[in-house]
Amino acid sequence: MAEEKKGFFRRLVDGLSKTRSSIVSGFDNIFAGYSSIDDDFYDEIEEILVMGDIGIKATTNIIDELKEKVKEEHIRDPKECRQILMDSIKAQMNVEETDYAFENQKSVVLVVGVNGVGKTTSIGKLAGLLQAEGKKVIMAAADTFRAAAGEQLTEWAQRAGVAIVSGQEGSDPGSVVYDAIASAKAKDADILLVDTAGRLHNKKNLMNELGKINRIIDREYPEAYRETLVVLDGTTGQNALSQAREFQAVTPVSGIILTKLDGTAKGGIAVAIHAELGIPVKYIGVGENIDDLQKFDADAFVSALFDIAPAETAEGGLS
Amino acid sequence: MAFESLSDKLQNIFKNMRRKGRLTEEDVKASLKEVKMALLEADVSFKVVKTFMKSVQEKAVGQDVMNGLNPGQMVIKIVNDELTSLMGSESAQLQLNNGSEITVIMMMGLQGAGKTTTCAKLASQLKSKGRRPLLAACDIYRPAAIKQLQISGEKVGIPVFERGTQISPPQIAAEAVDYAKDNGFNVVILDTAGRLQIDEAMMEELQQIRQTVTVDQTILVVDAMTGQDAVNVAAAFEEKIGIDGVILTKMDGDTRGGAALSIRATCGKPILYVGMGEKPEDLEQFYPDRMASRILGMGDVMSLIEKAAANIDEQRAKEMESKFRKASFGFDDYLESMAQMKQMGGMSSILQMMPGVGGSQLSQLEDQIDEKQMDRTEAIILSMTPRERANPDLLNQSRKIRIAKGAGVDISEVNKLVKQFDQARKLMKQFGGQLKGKKRGGFKLPFGGGGLF
Repeated sequence: MAEEKKGFFRRLVDGLSKTRSSIVSGFDNIFAGYSSIDDDFYDEIEEILVMGDIGIKATTNIIDELKEKVKEEHIRDPKECRQILMDSIKAQMNVEETDYAFENQKSVVLVVGVNGVGKTTSIGKLAGLLQAEGKKVIMAAADTFRAAAGEQLTEWAQRAGVAIVSGQEGSDPGSVVYDAIASAKAKDADILLVDTAGRLHNKKNLMNELGKINRIIDREYPEAYRETLVVLDGTTGQNALSQAREFQAVTPVSGIILTKLDGTAKGGIAVAIHAELGIPVKYIGVGENIDDLQKFDADAFVSALFDIAPAETAEGGLS
Repeated sequence: MAFESLSDKLQNIFKNMRRKGRLTEEDVKASLKEVKMALLEADVSFKVVKTFMKSVQEKAVGQDVMNGLNPGQMVIKIVNDELTSLMGSESAQLQLNNGSEITVIMMMGLQGAGKTTTCAKLASQLKSKGRRPLLAACDIYRPAAIKQLQISGEKVGIPVFERGTQISPPQIAAEAVDYAKDNGFNVVILDTAGRLQIDEAMMEELQQIRQTVTVDQTILVVDAMTGQDAVNVAAAFEEKIGIDGVILTKMDGDTRGGAALSIRATCGKPILYVGMGEKPEDLEQFYPDRMASRILGMGDVMSLIEKAAANIDEQRAKEMESKFRKASFGFDDYLESMAQMKQMGGMSSILQMMPGVGGSQLSQLEDQIDEKQMDRTEAIILSMTPRERANPDLLNQSRKIRIAKGAGVDISEVNKLVKQFDQARKLMKQFGGQLKGKKRGGFKLPFGGGGLF
């Protein structure tokens, strides 16, 4: 466990250190730069949180909470605020052990998301992760819409060394899922990973199709443990909230895979989603390799989130 | 519809302002605070918002507003002007060499922005403008990326040049340009691998492509849903490769697309197209000024007219117009104008572009417009004989009964349609008089008659 944690943190830090070596702990600088807690100080915190994509609503709530604590506990030193802030976000973001219960029983993991967030890639990596844990995994290529999505997943299946069930491009995704369930039962697989077509969450028909896939799984494989993961692009802004909400309306969402955190985006939207919808982040993608999908670690995530240089430094770092 | 929430919000703010009539300095501050919240919620970069607020505040607070006769209008104007200038003041076109020379376009962007799909759409658009585009598969990393480009190219009838995954992308690009020269293509679109802006090696590869072939246009493809990171992405690509233009994808989602503002403001490069859907023609021209008006809820009437112009045959439009004038408009013409409307993307897509039709109103209107009713209308007209269609006055009771049976509807529906049609013809007669003064009548919407559907 300790080693896994280290691996996670190293990767995250690796990703971040690629960003700009000049940034060490910008957030600390801010806290050190203020001798008293005033409006400018709060403005600065607001800026950091908003620039991390946490969103203005969640940010306002977080700051209001902080202000209250400062008042209640008569805090004078800005440095103390840092820990309070980080702790309160960490507390919100914590993932329970039971959140990974699907790994230890027969389960179907349905993976959904809008176009281009990295669903197929995430499934490939997740298969690799579970395979390495000794699980028997089968993939269902139910993205029959995007050109060559099936081929892409097949490639991942080969890399991960797992079996795959796919259909023709343009065929009914429901039938692929149906076949995959039969195959999972026949081969006594532990986990069935279902890839679905990317769909913008405001397209009703496509969202209804997800509902149909859901019903097929319920009907054909009722004894299986159900896990539904929404894949969100870490670079996405406030729209991710609306994505998560709409997916939740058609299928019971149990967790989030947050991808593309190896860039400069901080994925702060996850904080807003956790706060508003109560959906935990379970995995994050921090790179392109098959082992770059990691279980979520709230400590590392929040540290990374706060590791933003003040605006001026960030600008300088780019040039 | 992009920006609808932002537009809704700003409309609400200004609604309150109008009611007050005259603004105090506090009013301006309070409303600008709302504007700030709205912009931040729309994912406009924090820094861009800051600058924006500052310049609006400077202009709004003080003489302009305080002395203005209609303060609410004044603030709208200032916010609109500033938004427009932030997004670039004129609409930009993709620069192409003249037909005999090859134009090389390099598409680049982060993973999942929609490069491959956009490549095919762009190629298809250029083809419809008389170019001969060739797609080149330079993404040798993502599994099945070449295959995806091939399938997408095939769908729009554009050939794809590929050399597998063993040859370096700059080499593929060079060979693609040679191939284009030898085979009479005059546009080469390079589909490159999605990459992180901080991945040095991958960014270098783009530079190498630029060094190997003469790239005329580099286009950054950006997901419209991108959050605060949009500025970092744009700045890095601009610095390391250089951007000539930007395409914003996935604008057909419900994102407010603040990234559009951020990118324009940070790197100063024009947004050339916006992706509004899955079909090739859904890659639409981006008009910064109209988009700014749209944010403020002023509608996008210009886009509507242009969309109509692209889809309608000019000649037919003229004929139709003269029929309007003479009121010799028959059911056949009616059917045709209905078909044209469907071509334009149906009622709802037209309504989105109308001024004053914001998010909530749109969904109400959508409920009211029964697209099924349009199908029934079509069935009724198709059940008429050609003579009846040309000469609606022929329709007597027995003919109507026959038509109702043929269309499988109640006779009352036939009566209703005939009555509405008569009213519409009368209106058109009045209309016709007004039309004479105009240079180009263009396309008239069939619901101009009022309550036709």
